[in-house]
Amino acid sequence: MRHVTEEELIAYREGLTSQRSVISQHLAACEECRAELQRIEAVLAALDTLPVPDPGADYGRRVWQQIAPRLPEKPTRSWRVWLEPGRLAALGAITALIIAAFWIGRVTKRDHVAVEIVNREQVRERVLVVAVGQHLGRSEMMLVELSNAEPIDPAQKLVDISTEQRRAGDLLQENRLYRRTALQEGDAGLASVLDELERVLLDVAHSPEEVTPAQLEAIRQKIEARGILFKVRVVSNELQQRQKEIKPAPSQNNSTKKEGNKI
Amino acid sequence: MPQSVESANAIADSDALAVERTLAGDRDAFRVLVERHSQNVFRLAYRMTGNRHDAEEVVQEVFLRAYQKLRQFASRANFGTWVYRITANYAIDRMRQRRKEEARREAPRAEGQEKTESDPVNLVHDGKPTPERLTQSIELRKQMQQALAALSHAERTAFVMRHWEGCGIEEIAAVLKSNSGSAKNTVFRAVQKLRRSLQPFVERGTQARVMGTES
Repeated sequence: MRHVTEEELIAYREGLTSQRSVISQHLAACEECRAELQRIEAVLAALDTLPVPDPGADYGRRVWQQIAPRLPEKPTRSWRVWLEPGRLAALGAITALIIAAFWIGRVTKRDHVAVEIVNREQVRERVLVVAVGQHLGRSEMMLVELSNAEPIDPAQKLVDISTEQRRAGDLLQENRLYRRTALQEGDAGLASVLDELERVLLDVAHSPEEVTPAQLEAIRQKIEARGILFKVRVVSNELQQRQKEIKPAPSQNNSTKKEGNKI
Repeated sequence: MPQSVESANAIADSDALAVERTLAGDRDAFRVLVERHSQNVFRLAYRMTGNRHDAEEVVQEVFLRAYQKLRQFASRANFGTWVYRITANYAIDRMRQRRKEEARREAPRAEGQEKTESDPVNLVHDGKPTPERLTQSIELRKQMQQALAALSHAERTAFVMRHWEGCGIEEIAAVLKSNSGSAKNTVFRAVQKLRRSLQPFVERGTQARVMGTES
Protein backbone atom coordinates (compact mmCIF):
# COMPACT_ATOMS: atom_id res chain seq x y z
CA MET A 1 0.00 0.00 0.00
CA ARG A 2 1.40 3.33 -1.03
CA HIS A 3 1.60 5.92 1.76
CA VAL A 4 0.29 9.43 1.33
CA THR A 5 3.03 11.96 0.60
CA GLU A 6 3.65 15.02 2.76
CA GLU A 7 2.40 17.26 -0.04
CA GLU A 8 -0.82 15.24 -0.33
CA LEU A 9 -1.30 15.47 3.45
CA ILE A 10 -0.80 19.24 3.42
CA ALA A 11 -3.24 19.53 0.50
CA TYR A 12 -5.69 17.37 2.47
CA ARG A 13 -5.30 19.50 5.59
CA GLU A 14 -5.64 22.79 3.69
CA GLY A 15 -8.53 21.62 1.52
CA LEU A 16 -6.58 21.75 -1.70
CA THR A 17 -6.98 18.19 -2.93
CA SER A 18 -9.40 16.54 -5.30
CA GLN A 19 -8.50 13.11 -3.78
CA ARG A 20 -10.08 13.83 -0.42
CA SER A 21 -12.11 10.62 -0.07
CA VAL A 22 -9.22 8.41 -1.25
CA ILE A 23 -6.86 9.98 1.29
CA SER A 24 -9.49 9.74 4.04
CA GLN A 25 -9.87 6.02 3.41
CA HIS A 26 -6.11 5.55 3.49
CA LEU A 27 -5.77 7.50 6.74
CA ALA A 28 -8.44 5.40 8.34
CA ALA A 29 -6.44 2.31 7.54
CA CYS A 30 -2.84 3.59 7.95
CA GLU A 31 -1.59 4.54 11.39
CA GLU A 32 1.75 5.78 10.03
CA CYS A 33 0.15 8.33 7.70
CA ARG A 34 -2.29 9.33 10.44
CA ALA A 35 0.65 10.07 12.73
CA GLU A 36 2.33 12.06 10.00
CA LEU A 37 -0.83 14.15 9.52
CA GLN A 38 -1.01 14.74 13.30
CA ARG A 39 2.56 16.07 13.28
CA ILE A 40 1.63 18.54 10.51
CA GLU A 41 -1.54 19.53 12.34
CA ALA A 42 0.39 20.07 15.58
CA VAL A 43 2.61 22.64 13.86
CA LEU A 44 -0.37 24.36 12.24
CA ALA A 45 -2.24 24.30 15.57
CA ALA A 46 0.73 25.93 17.26
CA LEU A 47 0.77 28.63 14.57
CA ASP A 48 -2.95 29.16 15.14
CA THR A 49 -2.18 30.16 18.71
CA LEU A 50 -0.16 33.14 17.55
CA PRO A 51 -2.13 36.07 18.85
CA VAL A 52 -3.63 38.75 16.69
CA PRO A 53 -4.07 41.90 18.75
CA ASP A 54 -7.59 43.17 19.09
CA PRO A 55 -7.60 46.71 17.68
CA GLY A 56 -10.78 47.53 19.58
CA ALA A 57 -14.46 47.75 18.77
CA ASP A 58 -14.13 51.34 17.58
CA TYR A 59 -11.21 50.57 15.29
CA GLY A 60 -13.20 51.19 12.09
CA ARG A 61 -14.27 54.61 13.35
CA ARG A 62 -10.67 55.49 14.19
CA VAL A 63 -9.47 54.40 10.76
CA TRP A 64 -12.11 56.62 9.17
CA GLN A 65 -11.05 59.58 11.29
CA GLN A 66 -7.44 59.03 10.23
CA ILE A 67 -8.08 58.71 6.50
CA ALA A 68 -11.06 61.06 5.97
CA PRO A 69 -8.94 64.24 5.81
CA ARG A 70 -6.71 62.60 3.20
CA LEU A 71 -9.50 61.50 0.88
CA PRO A 72 -10.14 63.55 -2.25
CA GLU A 73 -13.67 64.85 -2.83
CA LYS A 74 -14.39 62.12 -5.39
CA PRO A 75 -12.71 58.82 -6.28
CA THR A 76 -10.35 59.42 -9.19
CA ARG A 77 -11.33 58.45 -12.68
CA SER A 78 -9.46 55.51 -14.08
CA TRP A 79 -8.50 54.66 -17.65
CA ARG A 80 -10.48 51.46 -17.10
CA VAL A 81 -13.73 53.42 -17.17
CA TRP A 82 -13.06 53.88 -20.88
CA LEU A 83 -13.49 50.13 -21.28
CA GLU A 84 -17.16 50.41 -20.31
CA PRO A 85 -19.39 49.70 -23.37
CA GLY A 86 -20.94 53.20 -23.47
CA ARG A 87 -17.60 54.89 -23.24
CA LEU A 88 -16.08 52.52 -25.76
CA ALA A 89 -18.78 53.57 -28.22
CA ALA A 90 -18.05 57.24 -27.52
CA LEU A 91 -14.34 56.56 -27.87
CA GLY A 92 -15.00 54.83 -31.21
CA ALA A 93 -17.01 57.81 -32.44
CA ILE A 94 -14.26 60.23 -31.41
CA THR A 95 -11.66 58.06 -33.11
CA ALA A 96 -13.80 57.98 -36.29
CA LEU A 97 -14.07 61.77 -36.17
CA ILE A 98 -10.32 62.14 -35.77
CA ILE A 99 -9.69 59.79 -38.70
CA ALA A 100 -12.26 61.67 -40.81
CA ALA A 101 -10.72 65.00 -39.88
CA PHE A 102 -7.30 63.65 -40.73
CA TRP A 103 -8.56 62.37 -44.10
CA ILE A 104 -10.33 65.65 -44.88
CA GLY A 105 -7.19 67.45 -43.87
CA ARG A 106 -5.18 65.38 -46.32
CA VAL A 107 -7.67 66.02 -49.12
CA THR A 108 -7.76 69.71 -48.34
CA LYS A 109 -4.01 69.74 -48.20
CA ARG A 110 -3.96 68.11 -51.61
CA ASP A 111 -6.08 71.02 -52.90
CA HIS A 112 -3.66 73.40 -51.31
CA VAL A 113 -0.83 71.56 -52.97
CA ALA A 114 -2.66 71.82 -56.30
CA VAL A 115 -3.13 75.55 -55.79
CA GLU A 116 0.51 75.83 -54.86
CA ILE A 117 1.49 73.92 -57.99
CA VAL A 118 -0.66 76.22 -60.14
CA ASN A 119 0.85 79.21 -58.39
CA ARG A 120 4.31 77.81 -58.89
CA GLU A 121 3.65 77.28 -62.59
CA GLN A 122 2.31 80.80 -62.92
CA VAL A 123 5.32 82.19 -61.15
CA ARG A 124 7.58 80.14 -63.36
CA GLU A 125 5.80 81.38 -66.51
CA ARG A 126 5.92 84.93 -65.22
CA VAL A 127 9.65 84.65 -64.55
CA LEU A 128 10.16 83.17 -68.00
CA VAL A 129 8.08 85.91 -69.70
CA VAL A 130 9.91 88.66 -67.84
CA ALA A 131 13.32 87.10 -68.47
CA VAL A 132 12.65 86.43 -72.18
CA GLY A 133 11.22 89.95 -72.54
CA GLN A 134 14.39 91.43 -71.09
CA HIS A 135 16.49 89.11 -73.26
CA LEU A 136 14.62 90.21 -76.35
CA GLY A 137 14.99 93.86 -75.30
CA ARG A 138 18.77 93.47 -74.91
CA SER A 139 18.95 91.56 -78.23
CA GLU A 140 16.94 94.30 -80.03
CA MET A 141 19.19 96.97 -78.57
CA MET A 142 22.29 95.08 -79.65
CA LEU A 143 20.91 94.55 -83.18
CA VAL A 144 19.88 98.21 -83.48
CA GLU A 145 23.32 99.31 -82.34
CA LEU A 146 24.90 96.87 -84.78
CA SER A 147 22.69 98.19 -87.60
CA ASN A 148 23.72 101.75 -86.81
CA ALA A 149 27.41 100.94 -86.40
CA GLU A 150 29.70 103.11 -88.46
CA PRO A 151 33.41 103.53 -88.70
CA ILE A 152 34.65 105.98 -86.03
CA ASP A 153 37.06 107.40 -88.52
CA PRO A 154 35.55 107.64 -92.00
CA ALA A 155 39.04 107.12 -93.32
CA GLN A 156 39.14 103.72 -91.70
CA LYS A 157 37.78 100.89 -93.77
CA LEU A 158 37.07 98.50 -90.96
CA VAL A 159 34.27 98.76 -88.45
CA ASP A 160 34.89 97.56 -84.87
CA ILE A 161 31.90 95.42 -83.77
CA SER A 162 33.79 93.61 -80.95
CA THR A 163 31.44 94.99 -78.28
CA GLU A 164 28.32 93.78 -80.14
CA GLN A 165 30.10 90.51 -80.88
CA ARG A 166 30.74 89.82 -77.18
CA ARG A 167 27.20 90.85 -76.28
CA ALA A 168 25.91 88.60 -79.08
CA GLY A 169 27.97 85.73 -77.62
CA ASP A 170 26.37 86.23 -74.19
CA LEU A 171 22.90 86.67 -75.66
CA LEU A 172 23.41 83.48 -77.70
CA GLN A 173 23.89 81.41 -74.53
CA GLU A 174 20.80 82.90 -72.93
CA ASN A 175 18.81 82.50 -76.14
CA ARG A 176 19.53 78.76 -76.35
CA LEU A 177 18.30 78.32 -72.81
CA TYR A 178 15.08 80.31 -73.37
CA ARG A 179 14.41 78.56 -76.69
CA ARG A 180 14.62 75.12 -75.04
CA THR A 181 12.43 76.30 -72.19
CA ALA A 182 9.85 77.71 -74.63
CA LEU A 183 9.81 74.37 -76.45
CA GLN A 184 9.36 72.46 -73.18
CA GLU A 185 6.54 74.78 -72.20
CA GLY A 186 4.87 74.19 -75.56
CA ASP A 187 5.18 77.84 -76.63
CA ALA A 188 6.00 77.12 -80.29
CA GLY A 189 5.60 80.76 -81.46
CA LEU A 190 8.09 82.10 -78.97
CA ALA A 191 10.45 79.17 -79.63
CA SER A 192 10.31 79.93 -83.39
CA VAL A 193 11.19 83.61 -82.93
CA LEU A 194 13.99 82.68 -80.53
CA ASP A 195 15.24 80.17 -83.09
CA GLU A 196 15.49 82.88 -85.75
CA LEU A 197 17.13 85.27 -83.30
CA GLU A 198 19.63 82.57 -82.40
CA ARG A 199 20.80 82.32 -85.99
CA VAL A 200 21.37 86.08 -86.20
CA LEU A 201 23.15 86.10 -82.83
CA LEU A 202 25.23 83.17 -84.05
CA ASP A 203 26.28 85.07 -87.16
CA VAL A 204 27.21 88.14 -85.13
CA ALA A 205 29.01 86.15 -82.47
CA HIS A 206 31.06 84.35 -85.12
CA SER A 207 31.82 87.52 -87.08
CA PRO A 208 35.26 89.07 -86.84
CA GLU A 209 35.75 91.84 -84.27
CA GLU A 210 36.33 94.25 -87.13
CA VAL A 211 34.29 93.99 -90.27
CA THR A 212 34.40 95.82 -93.50
CA PRO A 213 31.47 98.06 -94.31
CA ALA A 214 30.40 95.48 -96.87
CA GLN A 215 30.40 92.74 -94.29
CA LEU A 216 28.48 95.00 -91.90
CA GLU A 217 25.96 95.75 -94.61
CA ALA A 218 25.51 92.03 -95.25
CA ILE A 219 24.74 91.47 -91.57
CA ARG A 220 22.24 94.34 -91.61
CA GLN A 221 20.49 92.90 -94.62
CA LYS A 222 20.34 89.51 -93.04
CA ILE A 223 18.72 91.05 -89.97
CA GLU A 224 16.25 92.99 -92.06
CA ALA A 225 15.49 90.06 -94.39
CA ARG A 226 14.46 87.95 -91.52
CA GLY A 227 12.48 90.82 -90.08
CA ILE A 228 13.98 89.79 -86.81
CA LEU A 229 13.79 93.21 -85.19
CA PHE A 230 10.11 93.46 -86.03
CA LYS A 231 9.43 89.97 -84.76
CA VAL A 232 11.39 90.66 -81.59
CA ARG A 233 9.38 93.82 -80.97
CA VAL A 234 6.08 92.06 -81.57
CA VAL A 235 7.02 89.20 -79.25
CA SER A 236 8.30 91.66 -76.64
CA ASN A 237 4.94 93.44 -76.70
CA GLU A 238 3.09 90.12 -76.39
CA LEU A 239 5.25 89.13 -73.46
CA GLN A 240 4.58 92.44 -71.73
CA GLN A 241 0.88 91.80 -72.21
CA ARG A 242 1.14 88.29 -70.80
CA GLN A 243 3.14 89.63 -67.92
CA LYS A 244 0.22 91.86 -66.99
CA GLU A 245 -2.26 89.02 -67.35
CA ILE A 246 -0.37 86.57 -65.14
CA LYS A 247 -1.31 87.41 -61.55
CA PRO A 248 -0.27 84.80 -59.02
CA ALA A 249 -3.17 83.41 -56.88
CA PRO A 250 -2.95 84.58 -53.30
CA SER A 251 -1.52 81.85 -51.10
CA GLN A 252 -3.61 80.23 -48.30
CA ASN A 253 -1.11 81.26 -45.70
CA ASN A 254 -1.43 84.89 -46.62
CA SER A 255 -5.22 84.77 -46.56
CA THR A 256 -5.11 82.97 -43.21
CA LYS A 257 -2.82 85.62 -41.85
CA LYS A 258 -5.15 88.33 -43.07
CA GLU A 259 -8.13 86.56 -41.49
CA GLY A 260 -6.12 86.21 -38.31
CA ASN A 261 -5.29 89.88 -38.34
CA LYS A 262 -8.92 90.78 -38.77
CA ILE A 263 -9.74 88.91 -35.60
CA MET B 1 -15.04 35.49 10.58
CA PRO B 2 -17.75 32.88 10.21
CA GLN B 3 -20.73 34.29 8.40
CA SER B 4 -23.92 32.74 7.16
CA VAL B 5 -24.56 32.87 3.42
CA GLU B 6 -27.53 35.19 4.01
CA SER B 7 -25.56 37.66 6.10
CA ALA B 8 -22.65 37.55 3.65
CA ASN B 9 -25.03 38.34 0.78
CA ALA B 10 -26.68 41.11 2.76
CA ILE B 11 -23.29 42.66 3.51
CA ALA B 12 -22.25 42.36 -0.16
CA ASP B 13 -25.48 44.09 -1.24
CA SER B 14 -25.00 46.76 1.35
CA ASP B 15 -21.37 47.17 0.24
CA ALA B 16 -22.44 47.53 -3.38
CA LEU B 17 -24.89 50.26 -2.41
CA ALA B 18 -22.23 52.07 -0.39
CA VAL B 19 -19.84 51.87 -3.34
CA GLU B 20 -22.50 53.24 -5.66
CA ARG B 21 -23.26 56.15 -3.34
CA THR B 22 -19.57 56.90 -2.89
CA LEU B 23 -19.08 57.01 -6.64
CA ALA B 24 -22.08 59.32 -6.90
CA GLY B 25 -20.22 61.80 -4.71
CA ASP B 26 -21.40 60.81 -1.22
CA ARG B 27 -18.04 60.54 0.50
CA ASP B 28 -19.58 59.56 3.85
CA ALA B 29 -20.92 56.39 2.24
CA PHE B 30 -17.33 55.18 2.13
CA ARG B 31 -17.26 55.43 5.91
CA VAL B 32 -19.65 52.46 6.10
CA LEU B 33 -17.18 50.35 4.11
CA VAL B 34 -14.23 51.44 6.25
CA GLU B 35 -15.97 50.74 9.53
CA ARG B 36 -17.29 47.40 8.31
CA HIS B 37 -14.06 45.97 6.91
CA SER B 38 -11.32 47.53 9.05
CA GLN B 39 -11.13 44.66 11.54
CA ASN B 40 -10.72 41.99 8.84
CA VAL B 41 -8.22 44.05 6.93
CA PHE B 42 -6.25 44.63 10.12
CA ARG B 43 -6.15 40.90 10.94
CA LEU B 44 -4.86 39.98 7.48
CA ALA B 45 -2.35 42.84 7.55
CA TYR B 46 -1.10 41.84 10.99
CA ARG B 47 -0.66 38.19 10.03
CA MET B 48 1.23 39.16 6.95
CA THR B 49 3.43 41.88 8.39
CA GLY B 50 3.82 40.40 11.86
CA ASN B 51 3.58 43.66 13.78
CA ARG B 52 0.86 46.02 14.85
CA HIS B 53 2.42 49.27 13.72
CA ASP B 54 2.86 48.04 10.13
CA ALA B 55 -0.59 46.48 10.14
CA GLU B 56 -2.26 49.75 11.14
CA GLU B 57 -0.33 51.60 8.48
CA VAL B 58 -1.40 49.00 5.90
CA VAL B 59 -5.06 49.39 6.90
CA GLN B 60 -5.02 53.15 6.35
CA GLU B 61 -3.19 52.87 3.05
CA VAL B 62 -5.50 50.09 1.84
CA PHE B 63 -8.62 52.20 2.36
CA LEU B 64 -7.02 55.23 0.76
CA ARG B 65 -6.12 53.12 -2.27
CA ALA B 66 -9.54 51.49 -2.33
CA TYR B 67 -11.18 54.93 -2.41
CA GLN B 68 -8.92 56.14 -5.20
CA LYS B 69 -9.49 52.99 -7.26
CA LEU B 70 -13.16 52.60 -6.46
CA ARG B 71 -14.21 53.14 -10.08
CA GLN B 72 -12.17 50.09 -11.06
CA PHE B 73 -14.16 48.05 -8.56
CA ALA B 74 -17.54 49.34 -9.73
CA SER B 75 -18.28 46.31 -11.91
CA ARG B 76 -16.88 43.70 -9.54
CA ALA B 77 -18.85 41.52 -7.19
CA ASN B 78 -17.50 41.62 -3.67
CA PHE B 79 -15.94 44.64 -2.01
CA GLY B 80 -14.58 42.48 0.84
CA THR B 81 -12.68 40.21 -1.55
CA TRP B 82 -11.41 43.18 -3.55
CA VAL B 83 -10.18 45.04 -0.48
CA TYR B 84 -8.52 41.82 0.75
CA ARG B 85 -6.55 41.66 -2.46
CA ILE B 86 -5.43 45.27 -2.08
CA THR B 87 -4.42 44.47 1.51
CA ALA B 88 -2.35 41.43 0.53
CA ASN B 89 -0.61 43.37 -2.22
CA TYR B 90 0.18 46.36 -0.06
CA ALA B 91 1.26 44.13 2.86
CA ILE B 92 3.75 42.42 0.54
CA ASP B 93 5.15 45.85 -0.38
CA ARG B 94 5.31 46.77 3.31
CA MET B 95 7.10 43.49 4.19
CA ARG B 96 9.71 44.12 1.50
CA GLN B 97 10.21 47.65 2.77
CA ARG B 98 10.44 46.46 6.36
CA ARG B 99 12.97 43.78 5.49
CA LYS B 100 15.19 46.36 3.80
CA GLU B 101 14.92 48.66 6.81
CA GLU B 102 15.81 45.86 9.19
CA ALA B 103 18.72 44.79 7.05
CA ARG B 104 20.02 48.34 7.29
CA ARG B 105 19.53 48.68 11.00
CA GLU B 106 20.49 45.10 11.87
CA ALA B 107 18.69 45.56 15.11
CA PRO B 108 16.40 43.05 16.76
CA ARG B 109 12.78 43.78 15.99
CA ALA B 110 10.89 45.05 18.99
CA GLU B 111 7.67 43.15 18.95
CA GLY B 112 4.52 44.01 20.83
CA GLN B 113 3.87 41.52 23.61
CA GLU B 114 0.14 41.22 23.24
CA LYS B 115 -1.42 38.51 25.28
CA THR B 116 -4.66 36.89 24.36
CA GLU B 117 -6.60 33.84 25.31
CA SER B 118 -4.92 31.92 22.47
CA ASP B 119 -1.44 32.46 23.87
CA PRO B 120 0.89 29.49 23.12
CA VAL B 121 1.25 29.01 26.82
CA ASN B 122 -2.03 27.12 26.66
CA LEU B 123 -0.55 24.74 24.11
CA VAL B 124 2.33 23.65 26.32
CA HIS B 125 0.57 23.78 29.61
CA ASP B 126 -2.89 22.86 30.74
CA GLY B 127 -2.43 24.03 34.32
CA LYS B 128 -0.91 27.11 35.92
CA PRO B 129 1.95 28.66 33.93
CA THR B 130 5.20 28.04 35.77
CA PRO B 131 8.19 30.28 34.94
CA GLU B 132 9.79 27.36 33.02
CA ARG B 133 6.68 26.69 30.92
CA LEU B 134 6.16 30.40 30.31
CA THR B 135 9.70 30.57 28.98
CA GLN B 136 8.97 27.64 26.68
CA SER B 137 5.82 29.37 25.46
CA ILE B 138 7.65 32.60 24.75
CA GLU B 139 10.42 30.68 23.04
CA LEU B 140 7.92 28.83 20.83
CA ARG B 141 6.20 32.07 19.88
CA LYS B 142 9.53 33.60 18.97
CA GLN B 143 10.36 30.56 16.86
CA MET B 144 7.03 30.75 15.08
CA GLN B 145 7.49 34.43 14.34
CA GLN B 146 10.97 33.75 13.03
CA ALA B 147 9.74 30.83 10.93
CA LEU B 148 7.03 33.01 9.40
CA ALA B 149 9.50 35.82 8.83
CA ALA B 150 11.85 33.37 7.08
CA LEU B 151 9.22 32.56 4.46
CA SER B 152 9.36 34.38 1.17
CA HIS B 153 6.75 37.12 0.69
CA ALA B 154 4.83 34.86 -1.69
CA GLU B 155 4.95 31.89 0.72
CA ARG B 156 3.80 33.97 3.68
CA THR B 157 1.04 35.57 1.62
CA ALA B 158 -0.13 32.19 0.30
CA PHE B 159 -0.05 30.61 3.77
CA VAL B 160 -1.83 33.50 5.52
CA MET B 161 -4.48 33.82 2.84
CA ARG B 162 -5.16 30.10 2.69
CA HIS B 163 -4.64 28.81 6.20
CA TRP B 164 -5.85 31.76 8.26
CA GLU B 165 -8.13 33.68 5.95
CA GLY B 166 -9.59 30.76 4.01
CA CYS B 167 -9.15 32.51 0.65
CA GLY B 168 -9.71 30.59 -2.58
CA ILE B 169 -6.68 29.44 -4.51
CA GLU B 170 -7.69 31.62 -7.49
CA GLU B 171 -7.75 34.66 -5.26
CA ILE B 172 -4.29 33.82 -3.93
CA ALA B 173 -3.04 33.27 -7.48
CA ALA B 174 -4.37 36.71 -8.45
CA VAL B 175 -2.43 38.38 -5.60
CA LEU B 176 0.73 36.42 -6.40
CA LYS B 177 0.22 37.12 -10.12
CA SER B 178 0.55 33.41 -10.90
CA ASN B 179 -1.72 30.50 -11.80
CA SER B 180 -3.61 28.16 -9.45
CA GLY B 181 -1.06 25.34 -9.70
CA SER B 182 1.77 27.65 -8.78
CA ALA B 183 -0.26 29.19 -5.93
CA LYS B 184 -0.99 25.68 -4.54
CA ASN B 185 2.69 24.78 -4.68
CA THR B 186 3.49 27.99 -2.81
CA VAL B 187 1.07 26.97 -0.04
CA PHE B 188 2.68 23.47 0.16
CA ARG B 189 6.17 24.95 0.26
CA ALA B 190 5.19 27.38 3.03
CA VAL B 191 3.72 24.60 5.22
CA GLN B 192 6.74 22.35 4.60
CA LYS B 193 9.16 25.11 5.63
CA LEU B 194 7.14 25.97 8.72
CA ARG B 195 7.05 22.30 9.66
CA ARG B 196 10.82 21.89 9.28
CA SER B 197 11.45 24.94 11.46
CA LEU B 198 8.84 24.41 14.14
CA GLN B 199 8.28 20.67 14.58
CA PRO B 200 11.22 20.19 17.01
CA PHE B 201 9.92 23.01 19.24
CA VAL B 202 6.33 21.82 19.07
CA GLU B 203 7.37 18.23 19.94
CA ARG B 204 9.54 19.47 22.80
CA GLY B 205 6.55 21.40 24.16
CA THR B 206 4.33 18.37 23.83
CA GLN B 207 6.88 16.18 25.65
CA ALA B 208 7.17 18.75 28.42
CA ARG B 209 3.42 18.81 28.81
CA VAL B 210 3.28 15.01 28.95
CA MET B 211 6.06 14.92 31.52
CA GLY B 212 4.38 17.66 33.52
CA THR B 213 1.17 15.68 33.55
CA GLU B 214 2.94 12.49 34.54
CA SER B 215 4.94 14.11 37.33
